[in-house]
Amino acid sequence: MVPSSAQKVFYLLIYFCVVSAEAGEKSSEMEWCFSQVKGAIDDEVAEADLISAVEFNYTGELLATGDKGGRIVIFQQNPENKSQPQCRAEYNVYSTFQSHEPEFDYLKSLEIEEKINKIRWLPKKNAAHFLLSTNDKTIKLWKISERNKRPEGYNLRNGPYKDFTSIASLQVPVFKPMDLMVEASPRRVFANAHKYHINSISVNSDNETYLSADDLRINLWHLEITGQSFNIVDIKPANMEDLTEVITAAEFHPNQCHTLVYGSSKGIIRLCDMRAAALCDKHAKIFEEPEDRNSRSFFSEIISSISDVKFSHSGRYMMTRDYLSVKIWDINMGTRPIETFQVNEYLRSNLCSLYDNDCIFDKFECCWSGNDRVVMTGSYNNFFRMFDRGFRRDVTLEASRENCKPQSVLKPCKVSIGFEISIDSVDCNKKILHTAWHPLDNIIAVATTNNLFIFQDKLK
Amino acid sequence: MFPKGTKRKFTDGEEAAPGEAPGPTARALSSAYSLQRQSLLDMSLIKLQLCHMLVEPNLCRSVLIANTVRQIQEEMTQDGTWHIMTQALSQCPSDRLVASEVLCRQDPAMLSPKPVPSALERSLQEEGYQEEVVMEEDGPAAPGPPLDGAAYLGPFSSSWDEEEEAEEEEDSEESVSEPEEEPRTEQVFGTFEIKQPPADPALEELFSDVDPSYYDLDTVLMQSPKMGPYDLLESLSHSPALGSTNSCRSDLNELDHIMEIIVGS
Repeated sequence: MVPSSAQKVFYLLIYFCVVSAEAGEKSSEMEWCFSQVKGAIDDEVAEADLISAVEFNYTGELLATGDKGGRIVIFQQNPENKSQPQCRAEYNVYSTFQSHEPEFDYLKSLEIEEKINKIRWLPKKNAAHFLLSTNDKTIKLWKISERNKRPEGYNLRNGPYKDFTSIASLQVPVFKPMDLMVEASPRRVFANAHKYHINSISVNSDNETYLSADDLRINLWHLEITGQSFNIVDIKPANMEDLTEVITAAEFHPNQCHTLVYGSSKGIIRLCDMRAAALCDKHAKIFEEPEDRNSRSFFSEIISSISDVKFSHSGRYMMTRDYLSVKIWDINMGTRPIETFQVNEYLRSNLCSLYDNDCIFDKFECCWSGNDRVVMTGSYNNFFRMFDRGFRRDVTLEASRENCKPQSVLKPCKVSIGFEISIDSVDCNKKILHTAWHPLDNIIAVATTNNLFIFQDKLK
Repeated sequence: MFPKGTKRKFTDGEEAAPGEAPGPTARALSSAYSLQRQSLLDMSLIKLQLCHMLVEPNLCRSVLIANTVRQIQEEMTQDGTWHIMTQALSQCPSDRLVASEVLCRQDPAMLSPKPVPSALERSLQEEGYQEEVVMEEDGPAAPGPPLDGAAYLGPFSSSWDEEEEAEEEEDSEESVSEPEEEPRTEQVFGTFEIKQPPADPALEELFSDVDPSYYDLDTVLMQSPKMGPYDLLESLSHSPALGSTNSCRSDLNELDHIMEIIVGS
């Protein structure tokens, strides 16, 4: 029996109702609106302005960015607009400071780049904010505090020194309000523990320790102790000539303070349990997808190299990014990922050219939405992709100054996959390596080469 | 520019036409594939070489490129083409290969069983010419891609290779067996962390002022690429016919210069 058109509409409505009931909050696709863009407009990009790290703090109120020049800029969500749904993603500069300076290692005659590789916020314990920032060799703990009061009424000094003979009576200095001043001061410097370049830092859920990982080793630090660190993973072979695998990313579990994972250049993720042994060279669990024999090529290993690994907020899942895809793993199952999303499969036919111009070694990051339902990652041509795990939907958006009208809704880009895309249409200079998602709201920060785009979802 | 980098299965040619000899298409495919593989090998070797010229190479990238080279080498060994290439290498005259007087000096050493160059000589060789290799293309008369991988393998491996004895032996032999080949490209990381050379009185005297605990041999040996890769190419093009004494002298000068920095005079 063919349903009548009225019946079809009815069934369709039921379908949507069911879907929205399942979804909970929003039943239709998320639509993203442009909110702000930070950074210079010129096409000529100063090398020092290249954004190299983006991170929201635990409440999402602060957004930190690090650049190649060693500077950190912290944006704060406008407190007045926070409650207004339409312009809640308004962030203004809160503090700017030079985190790392270029250094020169005199013994090795090497220059140490000041580029900020990673920023990680510490959970807030008091009025001040703390973050860890790292370059290739040194990690620093920064305290960002506000000062909006100043003591005034000193007996001897209130501006110029007073002559003590002119003082007839004494007064007690009082705190008077002043213009808000945000100060950033380095509280700890964790140096000289890494022979190779640091690629990751991760704060432990115990709020006392954190890890730092370089190409061959992972060290455990106590936030209060700068003089020493414990080595917990060491994959350096006795003979450097036998080296075939390096560590590319590492992270602590969000809830279990004894669990950490690290990804390698061979596409393998290892989970370590610090309770098992002091040195976690032997992994507790290994996550490796069996190789697809059919699509094997000389580039298979390079494109399988893990560029980022992130636990979900719940701690149940883990996401890894390799060159062409994003994989979601259940941490209880290491045989294969539970979901795989192709980010830019059209690059597969151009791997040789990408190897030639070195873009095949680009390290893209990825991030989870606050509710772990959507994952996001960047690509070339200033595209960034979002994958909705619940609805099995994905969308490609572009971060460009052309879509810059406030509140304008971003139109999803269609990337044709019907035919092979030539390497000429892939702009490898416009890459989005760093993205961040507000932990409690649908606000995202997307970094192009030297601009930071902030988008919010359109509330219906 | 290049077709997909997919690996053609080894039995493809035979499977294509059962009962017949592999047709011309299969043969053409296979030569296109080898050409592609060869140029990938060349590209990788150049990348490794340039990588090596940097004062602090990106370890992850270097490892991945080295693994790619190793993979190609393994496949070529299986195909038998590796053997052909190394034969061609051992037969080509050393003056055609760029590297130089370093290799030339080794020639008489190659003939003797297990030659052991003195530590000082070895360190000079490594420091002097890890990077002199390669960029010239005195292409062989035989047809092949412009940058002949074979020409690179010899100087390339010898410059990366700390244990030059193994490599020299391979060069002098006509038939190269598989297990011996393994060390050649395996040693790409030799210079990333060079082991301390065996105690040698000349070397020790040279470095007697330096506190060994602070002195990292590998970093000193990597001192030479103070100039960027482009400067080096320029200098190479300006002086194509370096006499053996000239480069030896420049090596010594470099070493002196480095010693000055370390000793702080």
